[in-house]
Amino acid sequence: MTQKIQSSPHVGLFVTCLVDFYRPSVGFAALDLLERAGCRVSVPDEQTCCGQPAWNSGDRATTRRMAERLIAQYEGFDYIVLPSASCAGMVKDYPDVFAGDDAWLARARAVSDKTWELTSFLTDVMAFEGIEAAYEGVAAYHDSCTGLRKFKIREQPRALLSKVAGLEVRNLSEPEECCGFGGTFCVKFGDISSRMVGDKADDIMGTGADTLLAGEVGCLLNMAGRLKRVGSPIKVRHVAEVLAGMTADAPPIGDGPDSGKEG
Amino acid sequence: MEQSTSHTFKENAHRAIDDDNLRVSLQTMKTGFRAKRSAAVAKLPEFEALRDEGKRLKDHVLANLDFYLEAFEAKVLEQGGHVHWCSTAEDARQAVLAICRDHGARTVTKGKSMIAEELGLNAFLEREGVTPIETDLGEYIIQLRNEPPSHIVAPALHVRKEAVADAFRATHTHLAPDRDLTEPRQLLDEARSELRDKFLAADIGITGANALIAETGSTIIVTNEGNGDLTQLLPKVHVVIASLEKVVPTLEDATTILRLLARSATGQEFSSYTTFSTGPRRPEDTDGPEEFHVILLDNGRTKMLGSEFEEMLRCIRCGACMNHCPVYGAVGGHAYGWVYPGPMGSVLTPALIGIENSAPLPNASTLCGRCESVCPMKIPLPRMLRDWREREFAAKLTPDRQRWGLQAWAFAATRPALYRLGTRLAARLMALAGGRRGRLSKLPMAAAWTQSRDMPTPRGDTFMELYRRHKVAMGQAANGKKG
Repeated sequence: MTQKIQSSPHVGLFVTCLVDFYRPSVGFAALDLLERAGCRVSVPDEQTCCGQPAWNSGDRATTRRMAERLIAQYEGFDYIVLPSASCAGMVKDYPDVFAGDDAWLARARAVSDKTWELTSFLTDVMAFEGIEAAYEGVAAYHDSCTGLRKFKIREQPRALLSKVAGLEVRNLSEPEECCGFGGTFCVKFGDISSRMVGDKADDIMGTGADTLLAGEVGCLLNMAGRLKRVGSPIKVRHVAEVLAGMTADAPPIGDGPDSGKEG
Repeated sequence: MEQSTSHTFKENAHRAIDDDNLRVSLQTMKTGFRAKRSAAVAKLPEFEALRDEGKRLKDHVLANLDFYLEAFEAKVLEQGGHVHWCSTAEDARQAVLAICRDHGARTVTKGKSMIAEELGLNAFLEREGVTPIETDLGEYIIQLRNEPPSHIVAPALHVRKEAVADAFRATHTHLAPDRDLTEPRQLLDEARSELRDKFLAADIGITGANALIAETGSTIIVTNEGNGDLTQLLPKVHVVIASLEKVVPTLEDATTILRLLARSATGQEFSSYTTFSTGPRRPEDTDGPEEFHVILLDNGRTKMLGSEFEEMLRCIRCGACMNHCPVYGAVGGHAYGWVYPGPMGSVLTPALIGIENSAPLPNASTLCGRCESVCPMKIPLPRMLRDWREREFAAKLTPDRQRWGLQAWAFAATRPALYRLGTRLAARLMALAGGRRGRLSKLPMAAAWTQSRDMPTPRGDTFMELYRRHKVAMGQAANGKKG
């Protein structure tokens, strides 16, 4: 997978709408990691959403409007990097969105071809070895479905985390099982999603880890929500926060300064 | 056609999730099937190449379906068999009934067949005064319980062994009250002794087919109990019911399918019995039926050819997709409301009974992709689930609330200034509500989430806002240095 390293490539960072809204620390961590890996990073200020909610709802016209904007904003970069395999997967699918429209299809393909998920980009493209973070703890790692199956991302985040001083990483007993987030699925099919995330939380707690890491804010919100509901002290974070050594910048997902002090 | 409750999938699922017995059954199914498949695949280095071969083979058949079906028919006729082309389920039911009437049949034995489920054949035959008897143990159990299969390979996987004993006691009224039926072996012996007489008494035997071979005019069934052989060899008439995409060109091709099928379904290298049927009994044969019929069912499949759902017709009914599906694993097969459950069912059911009658099915998926990753025929199930959603959206079957929600979202997301204002306000409000705990236990409009989870809250500033400030600060720092 490793590609020839281009010196100082110009990367357009798409932070994703969930990071923008829920977890700005992931955006800053991604920015920091990319810069330390030798990239010139830009953060286009017109970015909003990749269109995935519309695409997965079968609304091609709306997806197209979102995709046209993203393509126009990002086609000038050497690479487009997202701290989410799910959203990166949407951009990868842009050629399907524009099937039959040759002019846009060519632009969609060009953008799709240079789009990467963050941990995979750092490892497979930049061969980044400069992790300098420390984190005392035992982390269970959740592989996101799109990362695992669409991008074959399994070893990349673990390789990066292996450089973090003080950290031990453990695997789940059912590492290929979906956490039950699924975008709008979690609210459309609340009962089923609840069962899935309940099973996932049991698996996470069964590892004996004190921290849960993943590369996908959607999954993390879901799993953190369940872990906190059942009173688990497990700290939930995006992998980029740990890799960038920025865990002091924000409390874990679903925790606040007073978490643990219920009432 | 079988009655469908696919349109009430959500309610069906809600009931299924509350069923603790079902939960235990599904847990056992998941660990068993998944581990066995994974071990079988690991033992066959060429499994990936075999998947590619299977896909290529079926794509070729689908591109030349008429040719191979006609070749198959010619071979069956040549050997003295009969072929009935049936475009609808009703045509197929009538064809089966006509054969029953011709022979004055009062009882028919049946091997396991999902096409029979698609035809609602048992209920139909009963209405017509013909008694169908299921001979596959799982099918026999659910026939006694008067319910449909919940899995295409393991039809009674939702029934725990205590419930099997209850069903036997309720129907095998000769059973002594103190007869021990606690162990699976005892249940099997009881079913076997009950079925033995039925095999001998049956006028007609009906089986499905795992493949139809154009080269030889043969049909194949794979079983683990041997019941299929007794079903098709003992009665005077053997009726095979099969959907038309089951045809393959040659014997060699059939073995490709069978090698994939057993490993993907049960983790076996080969099932215990693989039975080939080629025409009626010949003078030199020691046994076999006097008449051999093949019912070829379309029932909507040819309409899938050339559509975005054509690849679904590669399916060989192994059940791997449902065995690995987290949604099937949570709700079981009955919740899907028609014959075929799990991911393959959520793609196939709308094609066969209409998307308007099964609208929730393609939506009941996180599109996690595990089904496609284990499918022996590499069917792009998630892509087709999404394609059904697109058809639903175009036909305005998508719920209004979701359509309006999307439009409102898109309106904002294509206007960055408005979007920034909205997200900043919403993030602050949520941060305020989450307070120093960093999460909410209840959130209006999000009950589906908060029924089982807290909602983590943002800290108050969006990334784009913080980044704008960060850039200003960096700019000032840089200017400061210069000055």
